[in-house]
Amino acid sequence: MTSIDPQSSLPGSPEEAAETGTLAASIALKQRAGGIVLPVLTALIAFLLGGLVVLATGHNPLLAYRDIFNGAGLNWVFHPTTDVANTAAYNLSQTLLQTTTLILCGLAVAFAFRCGMFNIGGQGQYFIGLYVANWLGYDFASMNPVPHILLAVGAATLAGALWAGIAGFLKATVGAHEVISTIMLNWIAIWVGEWLFGDGGPLQNAANKTVPISNDVADSAKLPVFWGQQELQGLHVGFFVALLALVAFWAILNRTTLGYEVRAVGFNPDAAAYGGINVKKNLFRAMAISGAFAGLAGALDMTGYLYHYGQSDIPVSSVGFIGIAVALLGRNTAIGTGLGALLFGALLFGTTHGLSSSVIQPELAGNLTYIIQGLVVLFVGADVLILYIWNTRRKLRPRAKPTAEAAA
Amino acid sequence: MSAWAQRLENPLSARLRDPATTGYAGLVLGAFAAFLAIPPIEARTVTWPVLVGVVAALLGIWTITRGRRRLGWGAVVAGVAGIGLGMLATRSGTTNLEAVFNASLIAQMFAFATPLVFGAIAGMFSERSGVVNIGLEGMMLMGAFWGVYGADKGGTWVVGLLAGAGVGALLALVYAYFAIHLRADQIVGGTAVNFLALGITGYFFFQLYHGNYVSQGVSTIPNVRIPWIAGLHFLGPAIGNLNLMIWAGFALVVLSYVVVFKTPIGLRIRACGEHPRAADTVGINVYAVRYGAVVLSGILASIGGVYLSDGFGGGTFNDNMTAGRGFIALAAMIFGNWRPAGAFGAALLFGFSSAVALRLQVYSASASTLFNVLPYVLTLIAVAGVIGRTVPPAADGKPYRKQ
Repeated sequence: MTSIDPQSSLPGSPEEAAETGTLAASIALKQRAGGIVLPVLTALIAFLLGGLVVLATGHNPLLAYRDIFNGAGLNWVFHPTTDVANTAAYNLSQTLLQTTTLILCGLAVAFAFRCGMFNIGGQGQYFIGLYVANWLGYDFASMNPVPHILLAVGAATLAGALWAGIAGFLKATVGAHEVISTIMLNWIAIWVGEWLFGDGGPLQNAANKTVPISNDVADSAKLPVFWGQQELQGLHVGFFVALLALVAFWAILNRTTLGYEVRAVGFNPDAAAYGGINVKKNLFRAMAISGAFAGLAGALDMTGYLYHYGQSDIPVSSVGFIGIAVALLGRNTAIGTGLGALLFGALLFGTTHGLSSSVIQPELAGNLTYIIQGLVVLFVGADVLILYIWNTRRKLRPRAKPTAEAAA
Repeated sequence: MSAWAQRLENPLSARLRDPATTGYAGLVLGAFAAFLAIPPIEARTVTWPVLVGVVAALLGIWTITRGRRRLGWGAVVAGVAGIGLGMLATRSGTTNLEAVFNASLIAQMFAFATPLVFGAIAGMFSERSGVVNIGLEGMMLMGAFWGVYGADKGGTWVVGLLAGAGVGALLALVYAYFAIHLRADQIVGGTAVNFLALGITGYFFFQLYHGNYVSQGVSTIPNVRIPWIAGLHFLGPAIGNLNLMIWAGFALVVLSYVVVFKTPIGLRIRACGEHPRAADTVGINVYAVRYGAVVLSGILASIGGVYLSDGFGGGTFNDNMTAGRGFIALAAMIFGNWRPAGAFGAALLFGFSSAVALRLQVYSASASTLFNVLPYVLTLIAVAGVIGRTVPPAADGKPYRKQ
């Protein structure tokens, strides 16, 4: 890093910083370039292309999207009611349940991004949180509810932080690329889960040793439900925890020394080191905090509405990966992540369990979610496309500032 | 060549004391230590595995002291692992051992390893040219679905192979456009490829087959039966009747070694991955080389996928069929240090662990499940640099901008 890289000139302009600099620098540029317009545009293009696939396979995309919209309970705004006997209200509560998870999984990706790292391991950290919450939620059944929940959720959050911390530690000490190590940690977490809940595994249920499913967490470890009924998977108070996490994310990054250092390392590790910031410490810290968000997501899911988990649930879950799309679409900001999580939460529920449609089957629509997600990530990742649009927009303005002629 | 010639001129004793020789001898002995305790030799006491394993570890330590750290540590680990496995094996009953370790384990190892071989070599081409390919999993998945679809509709597995490879190339082309021309972040782009492939294959699997299994009697990639081997005692069941794609995988390893390290094309690919500016200066079209390498990567990865569905799977497909094999292939490539032979070795090791895991299922489900963790843990250790260092191409993952 310290040697002169012949490939990169000095990052004089933000455009050039985006070309040769760190991920965070390029993301900061994108943030400048277009604010909320471009994410919305990106999502629209993704929905449009997804609609073309639907059209090409002989379904009406407009009706399909209408049904998905209703399936997600977003039509609730036309007839607001708190009564979950109403389908729209019930669907919305389920969408918000997914949003809760996705907010935290999105933050897990976003926080590492702000430190210049790509945490692709949100899924693994989520699983670790889930496992620990299940274990502590089932054991210690004699505890009082409040300390029991705090214990289970707190320990699970910590476990997620430690799991991601392995990648952060390896990055800080030997420079192992966090993408590779988090991918490996994901798969280790997946197989550990298969082992934990599988036949003869330590967390397999006590009642039936032929079923590879865990025990239910004790009643004392279940989060209170504030909308709907606990038996019908109502919306739990973890939703507010997720909203608080958004605030905490913003506050840590923008109002604390830790956040300042994390962002400084993200923009330019060399400059940060020159300014007296301990880069290695911050790489580790950022990764651990990321993991804490994902671990918290797993803990809230377990204590909030899942209560138990099985071998077959593991390969189906992809919330950690959707978190990547959420964070990227949300430009790694608190508000953006919140809105991105709502969008994908709605897609996730509206295309599967919530969907009742004569136009498109849930099996198709569920995969449509993946296609839209892939397109969103693909387009958001394209710096130059966004730069191009941004520059064109600027040229259209009458009093454009002179641009750096670096691109020539 | 001259280095080899010089070595031959040395007296025999000097050659034996060469750190490279002792290191490799340690590796082989370590493997042998474990091998002693399993059929066909099946030593029933711990003595032999321990003795041989200790010798292997000592050779490793000797190698480390004379500079070949990576090789030496490898030998030490092989020795220790050999002792451990040997001790485990001597403790279990002989009937169990014979059911797990027999000749068809070799065949199964190759069957499990082949998608990884294709995937790892695919990843190597892309990354040697300077483009990280996290999207291997997605490309493989596309190959798996469209391959079996092609074989079903086209009536023959050849059409399936071509269809799978074609779709893989197309997806790789889209990725290449974003990664090379639009200079998108390559990790983000690769992640997008994986999502897209998951969605597209799942969508069309339901649309075309209603989520049911592909109809019976799809033309599958045939096995190659070698008559004069098939009759032999141990080799027969091991390699006498392997799938065509397994042999193609062996050929691919040799071929890709020759292409990458012995031809001008390979030199260009590596130049673009190590120092694109310099490559550009001497007149190499960096964009063209990278496009070529990424598309080749897509073709190879998807062929690995076709083998998975239409060879190994016997003409079936299910949602998310690859189930992380693309990532194991990526791990094999890293573990093999971005080299064809290394990637092949790693793929065999990971294939072997999968095959053993499958066989252990009968005796202990939880042990079998835990065994699947092995490839990922080994790769994590490898990238952590405990045993030597894995060194990616210098410009791997960095978009190049023409001047």
